[in-house]
Amino acid sequence: MNLLAIAWKSLRQRALASSLTALSIALGIMLMVAVLVINSLVEDAFTQKGTGFGLVVGGKGNGDLNLVLSAVYRIGMPGEPLPYRYYEELKNHDYVETAVPMSMGDLTEEGQFPIVATIPEYFSMGYAPGKKFTLKKGGRLLGKYYSSVIGSRVAKENGWDVGSKFKLIHGGMDDHVHDEMFEVVGVLGRTGTANDKTVFVDMEAFCMLAGHEKPQEEAIDRLRKFGYEVTREQEETIKKAAAEMNHEGEEQHVAEDGKPHFHAVPNDLKEVSFILVNTKDIMGMPFLASDINEGVRAQAVNPIPVMKRLLDNLVGNVRTLLLCLTAMIVVVAGVGIFVSIYNSMNDRRKEIAIMRALGAHRGTVFSIILGESLLLCVGGGILGFLLGHGLVLIASPIVEAEAGLILNPWKFEPIELVLFPILILMATLVGFLPGMTAYRTDVAESLAE
Amino acid sequence: MSLSIKELRKSYAEPGGRRINILNVESFEMGDAEQVVLIGSSGGGKTTLLNTISGITTADSGSVVIDGTDVTRLPEAGRDRFRALKIGFVFQTFNLLPAFSALENVLLGMSFSGQKADRPHAKELLQRVGLEHRMEHKPSALSVGEQQRVAVARALANRPSLLLADEPTASVDTANQDNVLKLIREACQENGVSLLMVTHSPEVASKFDRVEKLSDFNKPEVAA
Repeated sequence: MNLLAIAWKSLRQRALASSLTALSIALGIMLMVAVLVINSLVEDAFTQKGTGFGLVVGGKGNGDLNLVLSAVYRIGMPGEPLPYRYYEELKNHDYVETAVPMSMGDLTEEGQFPIVATIPEYFSMGYAPGKKFTLKKGGRLLGKYYSSVIGSRVAKENGWDVGSKFKLIHGGMDDHVHDEMFEVVGVLGRTGTANDKTVFVDMEAFCMLAGHEKPQEEAIDRLRKFGYEVTREQEETIKKAAAEMNHEGEEQHVAEDGKPHFHAVPNDLKEVSFILVNTKDIMGMPFLASDINEGVRAQAVNPIPVMKRLLDNLVGNVRTLLLCLTAMIVVVAGVGIFVSIYNSMNDRRKEIAIMRALGAHRGTVFSIILGESLLLCVGGGILGFLLGHGLVLIASPIVEAEAGLILNPWKFEPIELVLFPILILMATLVGFLPGMTAYRTDVAESLAE
Repeated sequence: MSLSIKELRKSYAEPGGRRINILNVESFEMGDAEQVVLIGSSGGGKTTLLNTISGITTADSGSVVIDGTDVTRLPEAGRDRFRALKIGFVFQTFNLLPAFSALENVLLGMSFSGQKADRPHAKELLQRVGLEHRMEHKPSALSVGEQQRVAVARALANRPSLLLADEPTASVDTANQDNVLKLIREACQENGVSLLMVTHSPEVASKFDRVEKLSDFNKPEVAA
């Protein structure tokens, strides 16, 4: 029999005490693994893994965080919008590969999910690097007036599918419900990002909704403020198109047969909340951001550092606190193992003495006790590792249903590997003193007891 | 195997500070495969003598030579190894390890010798002592007599040269005393193992050809 087998037998002799002490380690490790897995998920969501674009461009003075929260998490309002002409200009910039305009502010009447007006190119950017959007069978990506693509969580919670129709609540001061009906033409596959709880609508139709077009005088003023030249001729064209769109002289906007009839909004009356940009190569990104930020019209934000800062400020301390707490649990469990083994030493003096009388060296009995400590710590650690991932497995459908976040119970964090050397070190520390007690056992005296 | 003890001294401090030479043996010899019983009263140094011969206890002076090796000159690790390989021990209270089965108790004796555990030999020994059907039983599931038989098998596990038996019949009932004694003596004879047994029982001692009174060659005294 090798020494670990002897140690294992001794532990089995004290099965209840051994199980309880190993379980205490397991519970600590379980919590630690769960915290690490969840932390990794949060980090993914707050770093480059959480977006499919390189820059968010919004109106000057919106604030970096505000822009990122709107663009990535669909939280809050992006603030000062940009003229559509700015998007067209940016789209043709030398560094730009893809530029996708987005407008926000409205909500679905049912379920109050955020509406994002955009163009089909958004879906070709992917929701994270190397991760493409998928569509449920039979769906497509926008492409016609009043069409909509919905996230997986929206589909699940509202019970919507391709062909479902819905109305929007205007995001302005009055919160009125728009008359126009949007039709779901596609349901996105689960992404584990804010896209799951977003309703994407056709940008053109969104601009046509009552109250979404910019008042013509205000729009012309803004264009001039942005440095664009608006000639008298252009001004007249804008006014004429606006009058046609607003049905001047007509009583209603929607036709009697209920089918909408379309009057395209002149681009100069459109505005976008922000623009998502991918550059042709990664080196172009800082130059483009610098170009934009040097001007007075717009600002470009790389979401990664902003999200990292947010993570560190908001979640970082909580994460550290949780890890410290779980580490304390593991340490307390380690002390429990120490107490358990140390207390047992008094009863086991004779056993140790018998082993010595049979020819075991002092070092051998020391190693057996250390082996017991190792088996308890590492065995408890392996159990805790399995329980931790099991906990995530049990929690994942609940978290997904409640928060829309996808937890992958089988995702292995490399830092989890560090736990095992730490456990071995702890086992050595914990087993050292009882091991020394065994080492120093007076054989003759203990045999005589 | 030959055992030769010369001028062996071992002293202990009494609570009052006075030191007593519990062992004070001028000379003691035993030959190959010989079976010797030492009879003596309690506190006479019987167990201390066995512990000193086996190297569990270190002597203050003198020599204990077994098969040409002076145990008292060996370092502690050497004594442990020598004991594991050359000496078998049968205790009064059997001293089986409760966590291990009968077979594992026998294998345990082999594990500490640094040699590969010889499972067939361990089973053979248990068969020899009549426990072929009780090999997987833990000591708590064995009768007193069975426990002592496991202890005998364990003592012979490493094919020792010398078997030291410390009152091996003291904890078994009268009916089993003869059986245990017979078993130890026969097992030693079969394996060519020398046997040195200590007892306080004249009845047990009477079974042996060579009986030594411990008081005849051990003269405890106040140490200088």
